[in-house]
Amino acid sequence: MKKIHIILLVLVAAAIAVLISFLKTATTYDTVDTAISKPGKFVHLMARLDKGQPVEYDALKNPNYLSFTAIDTLGKSVKVIYHNPKPDNFEMSERLVLKGKYIDGYFDCNAIQTKCPSKYKDDMKAAEKNIQKSETMN
Amino acid sequence: MDYIGEHRLPGQLGHFFIVLSLVASLVATFSYFKAARSKELSDAVYWKKLARISFITEAVSVIAIFAILFHIISNHLFEYKYAWQHSSRSLESKYLLACFWEGQEGSFLLWSFWHCMLGLVLVKTGKQWEAPVMTVVSFAQVCLATMIAGIYFFGERLGSNPFLLLRDSGVLDNAPAMHVNFDINQAVRPDYMTSIRDGNDLNPLLQNYWMVIHPPVLFMGFASTLIPFSFIVAGLWTKKFGEALKPALPWSLFSMAFLGVGIMMGAAWAYESLTFGGYWAWDPVENASLVPWLILVAGVHTLLIYKHSGHSLRSTYLFLFLSFIFILYSTFLTRSGILGEASVHAFTDLGMNAQLYLLLFVFTWLPAILIANSTNQKLVTAISGSVLLLASYFIPLPAIAFFTVLAGIGFFVYQIQTQIPTVTREESGSSREFWMFIGSLVFFLSAIVIISKTSLPVINKIFNLRLAAPEDEELAYNQIQVFIAIIIGLLTAITQYLKYKTTTGAAFWKKIWIPTTVAVIAASLILAFGNIDYEKHGPMFLGAIWLGVACAVYAIVANAAYIWLGMNGKLKLSGGSVAHVGFGMVLLGILISSSKKEILSHNTSGISIDFGNESKEKSGENLTLVKGMPMKMGKYDVTYISDSAHPKKQQWYYNIHFKSRTDDEEFTLKPNAFVNYKGNEGLMANPDSRHYWNHDVFTYVSALPNPEKNKDTSSFQTYKVKPGDSIFYSKGYIVLEKITTKDSIPFAAFQPGDKATVASLKIHSFNKTSYSAAPLLINQKGNLYGLADTITSEGLIVRIDAIAANEKELDIGVKESGSVLEYVTLKAYKFPFINVLWLGIIITAIGIIISMVRRIRLNRLKNES
Repeated sequence: MKKIHIILLVLVAAAIAVLISFLKTATTYDTVDTAISKPGKFVHLMARLDKGQPVEYDALKNPNYLSFTAIDTLGKSVKVIYHNPKPDNFEMSERLVLKGKYIDGYFDCNAIQTKCPSKYKDDMKAAEKNIQKSETMN
Repeated sequence: MDYIGEHRLPGQLGHFFIVLSLVASLVATFSYFKAARSKELSDAVYWKKLARISFITEAVSVIAIFAILFHIISNHLFEYKYAWQHSSRSLESKYLLACFWEGQEGSFLLWSFWHCMLGLVLVKTGKQWEAPVMTVVSFAQVCLATMIAGIYFFGERLGSNPFLLLRDSGVLDNAPAMHVNFDINQAVRPDYMTSIRDGNDLNPLLQNYWMVIHPPVLFMGFASTLIPFSFIVAGLWTKKFGEALKPALPWSLFSMAFLGVGIMMGAAWAYESLTFGGYWAWDPVENASLVPWLILVAGVHTLLIYKHSGHSLRSTYLFLFLSFIFILYSTFLTRSGILGEASVHAFTDLGMNAQLYLLLFVFTWLPAILIANSTNQKLVTAISGSVLLLASYFIPLPAIAFFTVLAGIGFFVYQIQTQIPTVTREESGSSREFWMFIGSLVFFLSAIVIISKTSLPVINKIFNLRLAAPEDEELAYNQIQVFIAIIIGLLTAITQYLKYKTTTGAAFWKKIWIPTTVAVIAASLILAFGNIDYEKHGPMFLGAIWLGVACAVYAIVANAAYIWLGMNGKLKLSGGSVAHVGFGMVLLGILISSSKKEILSHNTSGISIDFGNESKEKSGENLTLVKGMPMKMGKYDVTYISDSAHPKKQQWYYNIHFKSRTDDEEFTLKPNAFVNYKGNEGLMANPDSRHYWNHDVFTYVSALPNPEKNKDTSSFQTYKVKPGDSIFYSKGYIVLEKITTKDSIPFAAFQPGDKATVASLKIHSFNKTSYSAAPLLINQKGNLYGLADTITSEGLIVRIDAIAANEKELDIGVKESGSVLEYVTLKAYKFPFINVLWLGIIITAIGIIISMVRRIRLNRLKNES
């Protein structure tokens, strides 16, 4: 066997090991119930903003504190605390991916991804609304 | 029905040219194919002539489509959906091109345009390679033409037509006012254009000069990877394996330069104008274009090995093949929507997704059929491909579709393995080619690791999983790639000092000891005084960063030295060394700027001292600035001075003044934000930064009060009070309950002697509610920082202006406003040595271009002799 083949094997083995360890650190997408069932474990919570509940954010009091209620497709809800201002399109987003963990009665969120089924579709929706609006003004 | 105010001619011309380009590229593909296969010279000449005419017709059509679409956008012909959707009248003309490639259709068109240009160069310079290479290029043009065709084919729509009329697009379907009798079941009103006065506009975040220049360069990079790919397919097809690589080398270098610069322009854009907080976030879209580049770099290096030693011919073919296949894969990833949400878009979804998938299919299977060694093999390959395609069409299992493409790659690789001869002699461990090959391999495997991680949504689809990214996604990439940086840095440094075939120890050491010594000294100095102390992820990671920095410095010094030690200062011959110096700088810049990135807006001020539940608060990264009130941010006192509005748009500019407390450095940054722009709730921020040679100060707006409510003009009134005293304001009174002095508060690094004075205030409103407030005055090394407190519902801000010497009496400042205060919440970073990265990219590109020019010249000389 050539030297180069040995090195090749070693490097490929290393790459495979890296990928396996990556899969081990991979987290999961969860609902409110399953997130609550594993407190302290980092998950991607799929939910949307419960617009019936208050959204608390006061940049003067604390710019790094946002709290709101998230509700998932099964209708379960949880209080979320996020240590940043509202993300873009927060109120409008049909779906939120909340990255964080459930601890002591609330979901402690590190990052929020505002999710539209398709950005393009949402732009279009807003635009269609604008067309309809501009017409009713006439 | 006749519609009033529509301009139909551009659209009709556009349709015509789309169809013409499709037909012309089909004819070109067929004729080039015939020309390449003709045994008779006269046949070949005939077919080649026809092919050239068709390809030039195709190129002219693409240019015409391009011009017509631009005409539609720049003349605001909103009867066309593309113009309506992507532009508006208020858009500055400099962004018109940005609208052009905002949409999928426009960007495909841009891609196709570059293929045409590169194809024309090949027609002129290709000689014996013209016919086989242009067969592949023309075929790629057929595929791209279908992407914008918008024609129906057995009931399935093929591509998306940029000349679609707004009224045909479905946008107006639910707007009653656009229909006859306000009934959406009736036809669209003949005079509907009178109501379409403006377009939907370009996404405000894309209204940026980077959006004008980044896509053309990136797509040039994408388009140019087709050429090396075409050469290796042509090489396998004509069985002139080695010869095909000669002209492929300058093309690969060209592609490497453009793709690399294109990717990093995207990074510069993200850094400068978007609010990602950096230039690279291992975002799938970024990774998807980085991976083909990494593989291309591996391919260029193995190609050089082949040229000088005869080794690595097969790996060169493999890498140049895969680099283009991964361009197509990245196109699929980024355009199919599979990255966006694992559950919404089906993998075998019909529509554009199916077409994007087919692109991958045809470019793996068709070349495999074309290059198969015998008619039998061609048949087996063709039948396997067809069966698998039918299977993935009729069985809706993503796994089948995925493995169909893998199988296609497998068939191609099988042909590479069986047809291309290999050198049996083993490379010497002291040879340059040995270590270059290791480097290429590391690059390639690093690319495979990155794309595997990025493909998590695809893996979810195939195995029906619900896996998500790890908790710290960036770390998951960085902790591996830092080791890649170490290996590559080291190999880049020493490999040039090795000779092809074999190197004698004495000659090697004689040259390399000087740069090694210099590099050791330089790296030690940087590590000793550079304060690279990134401890967030433990000492192992920091150690790896240090090692990486040392190797990057070694790569820079050794390659710079090689220009003199190895090339006697002849810059024309040292393209490789120049590129490697640049690449070393890129590594160094990445390692230092990322590990030393500093958040200035850390809420160390203690403004959130005690808010019950919120006291669990990690020190946040955002800081609120009330207009006119300086806040401490790193070494700066930062004040929100004023703001101004864009004359035409809902865009506000904020003047944020930075004043250093340690020297007389002073500057104003003007981050801006779109507020509630065109139905998008909330704000979209554009940052601003101050550039220094060794660092950047960077800030953007992260939250704003509702702008309409901002009408505060009042100012602070100062009152001298002792505990128990009251201050009246318009809606009640304030009582100073007590004064406390603390020698530590959370998140503020207090030194002995520093102290904080807290005034406990009770605010009694006339409406019988009461509030507490606790403004602070911090005395740090004799400098005073006041931290005001706010009672929002009363529109009241209280602060400590001064403390009497005996600490028994305070000057309390009270500011009242009828409405919500003017404030802005910011995030601010300091990025050190980011310029090393940008400069490194420029130098790398220059180095690659130097070698490209040299290789073109060498090829030309060889052809003449």
